[in-house]
Amino acid sequence: MSPELLRLLALATGDTLRMVAIAAGLGTLFGLPLGVFLATSGRGELLAAPWLNRALGIVVNATRSTPFIILVVAIIPFTRLIAGTSIGTAAATVPLTVAATPFIARLVEGAVREVDAGLVEAARAFGASPFQIVAKVLIPEALPGIVLGLTLAVVSLIGFSAMVGAVGGGGLGDLGIRYGYQRFMPEMMVAVVAVLIVLVQAVQTLGDRLARRLNKRLRHG
Amino acid sequence: MTAPVRVPVPADLSGALGGGDALVRLEGVAKTYAARRGAAQVTALDGIDLSLRRGRVLGVIGRSGAGKSTLIRLVNGLERPSRGRVIVGDAEISALSESALRRERRGIGMIFQHFNLLSARTAAGNVALPMEVAGYDRAAIRARVAELLDLVGLGAQANRYPAELSGGQKQRVGIARALATNPKVLLSDEATSALDPETTHQILDLLGRINRELGLTILLITHEMSVIRAIAHEVAVLDGGRIADSGDVFDVFTRPQAPITRTFLDRETGRALPPVLAGRLRPGAGDDTGRPGDQAVLRITFRGPHATDPVVAHLARDAGIEAGILSGTVDEIAGRPFGTLVVGVPATAGTVARTEAFLRKRGLDVEVLGTLDAAPGDAHARAQAPAHAALPTPSGAPHVA
Repeated sequence: MSPELLRLLALATGDTLRMVAIAAGLGTLFGLPLGVFLATSGRGELLAAPWLNRALGIVVNATRSTPFIILVVAIIPFTRLIAGTSIGTAAATVPLTVAATPFIARLVEGAVREVDAGLVEAARAFGASPFQIVAKVLIPEALPGIVLGLTLAVVSLIGFSAMVGAVGGGGLGDLGIRYGYQRFMPEMMVAVVAVLIVLVQAVQTLGDRLARRLNKRLRHG
Repeated sequence: MTAPVRVPVPADLSGALGGGDALVRLEGVAKTYAARRGAAQVTALDGIDLSLRRGRVLGVIGRSGAGKSTLIRLVNGLERPSRGRVIVGDAEISALSESALRRERRGIGMIFQHFNLLSARTAAGNVALPMEVAGYDRAAIRARVAELLDLVGLGAQANRYPAELSGGQKQRVGIARALATNPKVLLSDEATSALDPETTHQILDLLGRINRELGLTILLITHEMSVIRAIAHEVAVLDGGRIADSGDVFDVFTRPQAPITRTFLDRETGRALPPVLAGRLRPGAGDDTGRPGDQAVLRITFRGPHATDPVVAHLARDAGIEAGILSGTVDEIAGRPFGTLVVGVPATAGTVARTEAFLRKRGLDVEVLGTLDAAPGDAHARAQAPAHAALPTPSGAPHVA
């Protein structure tokens, strides 16, 4: 592969990493509180607000059931409002974030719901407020599960990011389609896929390791 | 100096359980859970009056579903009563707002059957948590955590995570955590039910020591009479959401009033007949059957100083009644000796009545349990006794029929 193509590959890898990092970061920023709220606001729960819970649940489901490529196109006006443009790498992070937030929220919700209800009861018994219970009990106890969920979200985002080429988003997927497929350069296609595999592998390994370190429930030594 | 009393003590309640200086009081408390889809309304507790004096240990015993979990959760406001009042110290728990309740809960420690420790925090971190929540400063927390872990004998395990601790050690961390904010009362929710007998013993010892040395008042719930016996001063027997029996542990153990209390005791204090006898026992004193060899079975309860009386010898010497010993134990409850002896006396004219009179005169409690028929081959006995039951020979040694 020529140095020029390698340079393209490196640029595209950088674009993908940037898009995924920003979308995962913002998605966590919005998705974590949303997920904690979904897990604790049902009827009779810690922050009981059943109607808001149900309404947010519907919005989350609606977003998650929209195919990503349709979401990208459907929210173009919103993207323009946020990023000032609807094309390019910066613009592409908007739909990625919009897709990542409810996904992360559901994963966080699941992790928080796994926390033993007895711990919440114990915390209430020694006088913790709902906010203290969330901050000092639920999130720390759910952290290994949250980290695994975020790992899954990042891996999915790497996949999603390949689709934003459709709106000039750049990145590895875009490179693979334009060079590998449209210009019949199989070596570029193989290179793109290889980089993606390495990326996913690295993210998964890192996430697993971090989750295991955080999980104090099973200790072998 | 005593704390200002916001709630007056009604005179008629002071004599109930405990008495005057009540730290925890439940007055006419009822708790019902509203009907849900497919399920009728559930009454968990109904008309509960209970009071616990400062420095005492009150054990509430009941089967699962008797309402004891609900009862203990009313005391720290995890549950709210449907009727009645719950008072701890000078605060009416059942009337407080959530935020006021949170402050009161710092004065009420609680330990749990499944420990409920945070897996992500070390033993020290778990003990520190209630103090962090209450806003203690770091130095104070560090000092108190060390002191508490030493108290429960876990000084060396401060930096271990719960997953690295045994069940007993976890409960010790739970106890240290419950004591962190200097509570005036400790609630124990089946704290030893998930532990093996030896560990249970150690944890109960620790709770007893905390009660004696720190003067901490303890309210515990359990389904095991042995727990009550080990550390409680007073006991309340809960059945179907009501208090069936209550009072001083020794009195309740030696003079059970309610049938439910008897069933708990039978498993615990050697009051139960050996199964080989229980299977053959026929209700009624059998005094009038008068067939030679039939035995009336009596249970004699010795309390306090009478526990070691040679009563069988006295029966023979002074009343001329030959009593055979069927089962018996001498034990200690709440530090006082207590014995149970099950004897058989001839079920012939007047003997049963004479035996009862003789024993009662000596201050012993007597209860007629029934009649054991004499001969294994007897048609009457075959009709009454289950075929598989082993029959005692006249000498008292059972053989298998």
